[in-house]
Amino acid sequence: MKTITFNINGIKREFVLDSADEKLLDLLRRHGYKGAKWGCGDGSCGACTVIMNGKTVTSCITYAFLADGKDVWTIEGLGTLDSPHPIQEALVNEGAVQCGFCIPGIVLSAKAMLDENPTPDDDTIKEYLDGNLCRCTGYEKIYTALQKVVSKNVEEV
Amino acid sequence: MNNNLKSEKLSVASPSEQQSNSAGRQKQEGLRPFKVVNKSVRKIDALYLSQGKPSYVEDLVPENALHVKMLWSPHPHAIIKSIDISEAEKIPGVKGILFHGNVPRIPHCTAGQGYPEPSPYDTFMFDKKVRFVGDRVAAVAAISPQIAELAVEAIKVEYELLEPVLSIDDAIKENSPIIHDEKEAYVPIPIPFEPEKNIAARVGMKSGDFKQGLKDADYTFDKVFETGYAQHTPIETYVSLAHIDNYGRIVITTSTQVPFHCRRLVAQTLDIPVKKIRVIKPRIGGGFGSKQEMLLEDVVAMFAMRTGSPVFFRLSRKENFMYGRTRHPIRFRMQYGVKNNGEITALGMDAINNTGAYGGHGLTVMSCCGSKVFPLYHVENIHFDAKAVYTNLPVGGAYRGFGATQAFFAVESMMDMMADAIGMNPLEFRSMNHIRSGESHPAFAALGEGKDGTAMTVGSCGLAECIEKGAKEIGWDRRTSHKEKTGRFRRGIGMCCLMQGSSVPEIDMGAASIKMNEDGSFNLLVGATDLGTGSDTILGQIAAEELETTIEQMLVYSSDTDMTPFDVGAYASSTTYLSGEAVRKTAAKVKQQILKVAAEMLDKKIEDLEVIDAKVYVKGTEEHVTYSAISYYSLYENNQFQIHAVESHITHKSPPPFSAHFVEIEADMETGGIKIIKYVAAVDCGTAINPALAEGQVEGAVLNGLSYALTEEYRFNENGKMMNPSFKGYNIFSLRDKPELKTILVPSYEETGPFGAKSVSEIPINGPMPGIANAFFNATGVRLFKAPFTKDRVWRAIQQSKKL
Repeated sequence: MKTITFNINGIKREFVLDSADEKLLDLLRRHGYKGAKWGCGDGSCGACTVIMNGKTVTSCITYAFLADGKDVWTIEGLGTLDSPHPIQEALVNEGAVQCGFCIPGIVLSAKAMLDENPTPDDDTIKEYLDGNLCRCTGYEKIYTALQKVVSKNVEEV
Repeated sequence: MNNNLKSEKLSVASPSEQQSNSAGRQKQEGLRPFKVVNKSVRKIDALYLSQGKPSYVEDLVPENALHVKMLWSPHPHAIIKSIDISEAEKIPGVKGILFHGNVPRIPHCTAGQGYPEPSPYDTFMFDKKVRFVGDRVAAVAAISPQIAELAVEAIKVEYELLEPVLSIDDAIKENSPIIHDEKEAYVPIPIPFEPEKNIAARVGMKSGDFKQGLKDADYTFDKVFETGYAQHTPIETYVSLAHIDNYGRIVITTSTQVPFHCRRLVAQTLDIPVKKIRVIKPRIGGGFGSKQEMLLEDVVAMFAMRTGSPVFFRLSRKENFMYGRTRHPIRFRMQYGVKNNGEITALGMDAINNTGAYGGHGLTVMSCCGSKVFPLYHVENIHFDAKAVYTNLPVGGAYRGFGATQAFFAVESMMDMMADAIGMNPLEFRSMNHIRSGESHPAFAALGEGKDGTAMTVGSCGLAECIEKGAKEIGWDRRTSHKEKTGRFRRGIGMCCLMQGSSVPEIDMGAASIKMNEDGSFNLLVGATDLGTGSDTILGQIAAEELETTIEQMLVYSSDTDMTPFDVGAYASSTTYLSGEAVRKTAAKVKQQILKVAAEMLDKKIEDLEVIDAKVYVKGTEEHVTYSAISYYSLYENNQFQIHAVESHITHKSPPPFSAHFVEIEADMETGGIKIIKYVAAVDCGTAINPALAEGQVEGAVLNGLSYALTEEYRFNENGKMMNPSFKGYNIFSLRDKPELKTILVPSYEETGPFGAKSVSEIPINGPMPGIANAFFNATGVRLFKAPFTKDRVWRAIQQSKKL
């Protein structure tokens, strides 16, 4: 089987593909990165979102071999219980986490957005988060949480 | 750790903290103000969930697990003449195949309800007959999903096709094909069941003199409303895992709202004792009623039993749409009589509920069309006749709102039509007719779950305040008649009032267990099922409030049929009100034990002691012992015993939460498009135990209700096959679709609930459909009778109105 190598959460690691057409989500989950979730299998719900070379991808429809030589970030690379990432902190404080199944994908979409532009306007937030479906929250508190992260960034700039 | 600091951090709660009347109420009664409840403490599992820690069923699957794939029926109605699994069995890696020839044939229902269930036992694990496109034919367990898939394709089935029943009209016509002609099907309680007429259940009530009521009216109405299929679509599909433990018992880890019902149903279906089964509910990726059902658990359990291996089964999104449960489509014939002075003289509802191929929840959803709806307005003369009919279409189930959602579309549309006819402002018309605190309604006593209901008077009712605050927020004063509106884009404002219940009285039971640890922390074990709502957190808050400690001292665990006491599960808006009171009672009992030990330690009488912030003081002095010291004493020092209690709770009423919703829309007269400009939901849920989480329930339900009203639709081909089984074809709203959304919590105090609480999770989904229909009429003068209000349907309604 083919071996690929990529940076996962900043650390270079080798992975053996299960099959030539293995999807990135399956490869990640096989190796213990369970934070990316399977929700639809056709890239439309965003629960499997990870960041590849700075851009979000829906890993359930991304061939794993495409990650070869790339830089991949998953939710496992963001924050700890003692020191959460500011996006996680904001979502938790706002009461934006209900069942939580979509949240890792939402955190990563928000991170990709903020890495590109720390002070996006409201329309940009909506555009970046459009691919992450959530059935619990109505998005209200997710949106407010992200607006608060952005406001903080604006103050700092 | 400095507790004060931490609790400050935990109480960040940006959302509107309730400036609470509840707290005022507490003061009036001479009790201390709330310290933990009515505060937006952080949801206890939120942080680890936001970090993607392995928490859900699929995260827990061992590497050696077998994978299940199902052969689903391609036909809506057929007899399996022959089935040949020999080729499939030969495929290397296939470990087992289940079909009707090798499993017990035991009639049961898949609905997780009280026992015996008010649903027909019309389902078999596998059957010789298939009854909808997506019905089970055979299941394969193999070492990989790919091999299981190959084996499914290798199963040869010969079908004898039967004429399908694909609509309500088909189901009730003379000489319609009979869907459940098997003689084993029956209902376990005495309720009407006429499978030979495709009737799965019937329910109804009569009050006063309906016909006379119509005669006494100045205006009478006779209109038909219809709703369609919809699905909950939690982002986590149905998913289950089973393994055999060292005692040879079956452990089922599953995404369920009803672990205890699930255990009982699996035992029944597999014909094994309850003690052989343990059901564990880990974190759940959303449910909304869909997982109040045993859909996969019998299959993984059977495979685990037969193979000895762990067995994993997760539905694809397509399978979830086609095989998973749905919201029952219902057709309502509504008859009303109203006098010029605004008095409602008659209410008639004839409802036909399409329960699909199996009848689970059919009766109770129908019943709730009346019991959770009629009491909202005074009317003496009522005629209610409802039946659930079988069709060869997807199966209805429990879905947030549970019948009230469909019925409120009809009832609240009619309320506007009546107000319009008598020239009364719809707000004024509702205000003069709605039920108030201390009042009763005949529907409470008439309609129960497969039996009579429970007579009750309404306790707390903040509806008047909901109407007032909601009207102000939307700017009701700006509202003008549709007659003044012209042009392509027309704006309109609509509203509706709503109610629901809180638990099923005299039937549902919740229990809790609390034990104390050395550091003054407590294990709170509940059968109540947190499926993302935050019930672990609010139950922890209730326990902490009663024990006068902090939420950080509560270690909450739900749910595991081996570890946690019984609870019927997460449905019927029961967790806060029912399980919450069980928790409060348990905590009160534990507190008594704490006081007893403290009395011994301090050498005082219990009446001379008081608890303040997890310390027991000699009243009026500084002399005290801490909870930690009390626990150490009780465990190690003298007269040792475990400070621990279990309590159960059933309710004798089902106090309705009340709500008023307001919506402003913009209608596009050329395309039939409806754009939501602003949505306001004012809700009285009693004391909001956690205001941020209560708001979250409202926001989530409203957004779900908005797409249910506008875009969510099952599209069938001529064979009854759903043709849009993906998020690309079935449109649920994304962040970009979210309108401006304002939630107003209107506090009241429900005497019978824990710290004054009622339910909140279901009621808000009832609002968007009637609210939008009323706003659309206000914008255009066109009444929408059929939901969902997709562009094509609305456009046709507009064209139709031009012809009139």
